[in-house]
Amino acid sequence: MSVTKTTKILRSLFAAALLCGPALAMAGLNMHRGVTVNSHDMYDLHMLVLWICVVAGIAVFGVIIYSLINHRKSKGVTPATFHESTTVEVIWTVIPFVILVSIAVPTTTSLLRYEDMSNTDIDIKATGWQWKWEYEYIGDKITDSNGVKFFSQLDKESNDARQLKSNVDVTKIDHYLLNVDNPLVVPVGKKVRILTTGKDVIHAWWVPELGVKRDAIPGFINESQFKVEQADWDKVQKDGEAIFRGQCAELCGKDHGFMPIVVKVVSEDKYKAWVSAQKSAAAASAVDSGKVWTKDELIKHGAEVYAKNCAACHQPGGEGMGPFPALKGSKIAKGPIAGHINIVVKGKPGTAMAPFGAMLNDADIAAVITYERNSWGNDMGDMAQPSQIKAAR
Amino acid sequence: MSDNHHHDHPTGIKRWLFTTNHKDIGTLYLWFSFIMLLIGGAFAMVIRAELMYPGMQIVDPNFFNMMTTMHGLVMVFGAIMPSTVGLANWCIPMMIGAPDMALPRMNNWSFWILPFAATMLVAPMFMGGHFMSGQGPAFGWTFYEPLSGQNDKLAFFVFAVHLLGISSIMGSINIIATILNMRAPGMTLMKMPMFVWTWLITAFLLIAVMPVLAGAVTMMLTDKYFGTSFFNAAGGGDPVLFQHVFWFFGHPEVYIMILPAFGIVSQIIPTFARKKLFGYASMVYATAAIAFLSFIVWAHHMFTVGMPVAGELYFTYATVMIAVPTAVKVFNWTATMWKGAMTFETPMLWAIAFVILFTIGGFTGLMLGVATSDFQYQDTYFVVAHFHYVLVTGALFAIIGAVYYWLPKWTGHMYDEKLSKLHFWMSTISVNVLFFPQHFLGLEGMPRRIPDYNPMFADWNFVSSIGGFVFGASQILFLFIVIKTIRGGAKATSQVWEGAEGLEWTVASPAPYHTFENPPAIK
Ligand code: HEM
Ligand SMILES: [Cu+2]
Ligand SMILES: [Cu+2]
Repeated sequence: MSVTKTTKILRSLFAAALLCGPALAMAGLNMHRGVTVNSHDMYDLHMLVLWICVVAGIAVFGVIIYSLINHRKSKGVTPATFHESTTVEVIWTVIPFVILVSIAVPTTTSLLRYEDMSNTDIDIKATGWQWKWEYEYIGDKITDSNGVKFFSQLDKESNDARQLKSNVDVTKIDHYLLNVDNPLVVPVGKKVRILTTGKDVIHAWWVPELGVKRDAIPGFINESQFKVEQADWDKVQKDGEAIFRGQCAELCGKDHGFMPIVVKVVSEDKYKAWVSAQKSAAAASAVDSGKVWTKDELIKHGAEVYAKNCAACHQPGGEGMGPFPALKGSKIAKGPIAGHINIVVKGKPGTAMAPFGAMLNDADIAAVITYERNSWGNDMGDMAQPSQIKAAR
Repeated sequence: MSDNHHHDHPTGIKRWLFTTNHKDIGTLYLWFSFIMLLIGGAFAMVIRAELMYPGMQIVDPNFFNMMTTMHGLVMVFGAIMPSTVGLANWCIPMMIGAPDMALPRMNNWSFWILPFAATMLVAPMFMGGHFMSGQGPAFGWTFYEPLSGQNDKLAFFVFAVHLLGISSIMGSINIIATILNMRAPGMTLMKMPMFVWTWLITAFLLIAVMPVLAGAVTMMLTDKYFGTSFFNAAGGGDPVLFQHVFWFFGHPEVYIMILPAFGIVSQIIPTFARKKLFGYASMVYATAAIAFLSFIVWAHHMFTVGMPVAGELYFTYATVMIAVPTAVKVFNWTATMWKGAMTFETPMLWAIAFVILFTIGGFTGLMLGVATSDFQYQDTYFVVAHFHYVLVTGALFAIIGAVYYWLPKWTGHMYDEKLSKLHFWMSTISVNVLFFPQHFLGLEGMPRRIPDYNPMFADWNFVSSIGGFVFGASQILFLFIVIKTIRGGAKATSQVWEGAEGLEWTVASPAPYHTFENPPAIK
C-alpha cells in the first residue's frame, strides 16, 4: 500500500474518531440532557456511571484480550499453577466497593432533590385511561385554572395511519405517534406537580426531556414535579412555546403504544390566556341535556363519537377483535336499551370497557348508543335521548 | 462394567415415559427446552418483523402484546430454566460420583409435568376464533395486575404457572438431596465442581421463591374468580402489592437463570486454559453472597412506582452492592485465563464470549441500579438490552457452551468443529447487532413493549431486526449440528478434552447408562 493511501486512511479514521463524540449526542445514541433540574441530574449521573463502566470495561477487557493473545498453547507456553491469592481477592473486592460508594453519594443528593414536592406553583392531576390521558388542573398559584379539565389522546392523523395495513407512509406524518389532540399546557419557570393515577390499569406518565416518569396506579395517587428552567427554555422556544413529547411507559393493554403525552411549555402570559380560553370554551360547550334530538342527528353524531372512542377495540365495523367483543349482533346492543346505556355509562369493571360516563357528555353517549343500535345490521330502530343518559348516571 | 445393569429397561416410547434414569431425564429436559427455544424464538421473529419498519404491517397490537408476553414466558420458564435442570440431571451425579439422582421417580414426574404446563400456557392463544385473535396472555411476562386481571383465560395461565412451579420445586429438592447425600466418599463440599455448587445454591433459591410466585398467581386467581381484592384498590387491595410479591420472586429468578451459567463457565475455562479455577473458595462465597443479596433488592424493578424516598435510596444501595460479588466472579475468570495455556475449541469460545458480553450486561445493570437515572431507563429498550445481554449472551451462551462441552460425553461423538465455529461466530456477531442498538433506542426514549414507533427510532430498529433474523437462523444450524453429532462423528475418548478434570471424564464416552454404581475413589 502506498504511503499516501495509508495516510489517507489514517486521516479518515481520525476524522471518524473525532466525529464520534458529538455523534454520540446527536445521531440518536445517547440520553438527552433535557430542560429541567431532574433531567440534568439524570443525565449527569448516567454519564458518570457510563464512564466508570467504560473505564472498568477497558481495564478488564484489556486484560482478557492481552491474555487471549499471549497465553495460548500454540505459543508454546506452559500453564502457570497459581490459583489463589487472598491479597488480590481483597484488593479487587475493595476497589469496586469504593467506586460504588462514589456513585451512591451523588445519587442520594439527586434523589432527595427529585422527591422534593414543596412549594409547587401548579398541581395537575393526570389520570391514565385505556388509552388516553385525562388532565385536571386542581391547584394554581398563578391564575385561576381550577376545574380546567380535558382528555388528551393520539391525534387523528397518526391514529388513522397506525391502523394495521393502512399503507400510509408514516415518515410523512407530523410527529407520528407523538402528537395529541389536546396537549397539556404549563408555564415556564414554575414548579409543576403532576399527580398521577390510573382509571383502569397501571400506566406511567413519562416525558424524557422533563425528567419525569411516574406510574399512574388505580386507587393511588403518585406525585412528581418538574420546573422547566428559563435558560433551557429560551434555547428551544419558538414564539413563546416549546413542546416536549413523551409516551405511556407501562404496558397497559392493546393500545399501550398509542397514548402519547405532549406538554406545551409557554410563557406566563400565554398560559394565562390559554386558561381563560379553556374556561370560556367549557362554558360554551356545556350541553343542554333537555334538548330532544332526531334519530338522524343522533346517528350522525354517534358515528363520530364511535370512531374516536370505541372503534379501537370494537373495530370500525363493530365486529370486535380477540378479547374485545363484537357489537354487531351482540346481546347488549340488541337487548333492552337500559342495559346498553348502563354498560356504556358505567363500564365493566375488570375489563378494558371504561365507564364512558366520566368521559363523554350526555349527548355524546345518547348518540353513540343510538348509532350502535342502528348500524351493521343491528336494526333496533330505537334511540336514546340525552335525558335518559342523565337519569342513568 | 458398563453393561452391568440391575434390570432391563424398556425401549421405545415407554423408555422415555417411565424412565427414572438421570441421563434419560436429562436428555428429555434438554430436548424439551430446545423445542421451547425454537417456539419462543419464532415469537421473537414476529416481534422483530413487526418492528423492522415504522407503521403497523403484520400483526394487530393485541397479538403483538401476546407475542412479547409469550416470548418472555416461554424463554424463561420453557427454555432457560429446564435446560439448566437438564444439565444438572446429566452432570451432577457423574460429577459427584453418584449412581443416579436421589429421588428417581420424582425426577420422572418433575419432567413430565412440563409438557402439560407448556400446553396449558399456550392453549389460550388458540381460543376465541382463529389464531390471530387469540386470547392468550398479552400482559407481559411480568403479568402486572390489574392488567392481567382483564384476561378472560387467566385460569389457564395460573394453572400453568402452578405446574411449572411444582416441577421446579421437585427438581430442586432432588438436586439438593442428591448433592447433600450422594457424594462419593471423599468428595467434600469444598471439593465439589463449581457447577455443582452453583446448582446447590440455585436449588435453594428456587425452593425459596417458587412458592412466592405460586402465592402471587393464586391471589390473582381468587381476585378474578372468587371476589377477593388482594390487588384491587376498589376493594381495599393494592396493585403495587402485586409488584412487590412478583419481584420478590422475580429478582432471585434472574439469578436462578444465571448461577448455573456461572457454574458452567467455571468448568469450561479451567479446562481450556489448562489451569485450575482461580479463587475457588471466593467463587463459592461470591455465589452465596449474590444469592443472599438477590432477596433484598427486588424493588429496583419498581423505582417509578412511587416508593418513599428512603425506599428508593435503600434499593439503590443494595442493588449496586450486587455488582461487587459479580465483579469478583469476572475477575476470577480473568485470572484463571491469565498465564494459562489456552486453546479455543468451541466450548471455550462460548465461555469467553460469555465473560465479555455478560459483563456488558452487568455494567448496564449497575447503571439501572442508580434510581435517579433509572427513572429515564425504566420500561425502555435500555432495559430490554440489559436483560438480553445477561440472559442471552449470559445464560443462553453458557448453556450452548455446556452442550458443546459435554456433547461428546453424552453421544460418544465429537461435534463438527468447523460448523460449530460457524455457529459461534454467526451467533456472536448477530446477537450484538441485535441487542447493542437497543441501548441507543432506550436512551433515545423508545419505550419497550410497543408495536409501532416514531420514525426517529427506525434506523436502529431495522438494524436490530436484521441481527435478530440472523441470530434466529443460526440456532437452526445448532439443531443441525447436534443431530449430526448424535448420528455419528469422530469417536470421543473418555477424557475428551486434554485439560478436563473431574469424575465425568473418567467414564467412557458415551457415558454408560449406569455410572458409579460403586463409588469412585476421590484423590
Ligand atoms: C450486576 C448485576 C445486576 C444489576 C445491578 C441489575 C440491575 C437491574 C435493574 C435495576 C433492573 C430494573 C431496570 C428497570 O426495569 O428499570 C434490571 C432488570 C432486569 N435484569 Fe438485571 N441486574 C443485574 C444482573 C442481572 C442478571 C445476572 C440477570 C439475569 C440473568 C438480570 C436480569 C434482568 C431482567 C430479566 C430484567 C428485566 C425484567 C423486566 O422488567 O422484564 N440482571 N436489572
Ligand atoms: Cu398506558
Ligand atoms: Cu432485579
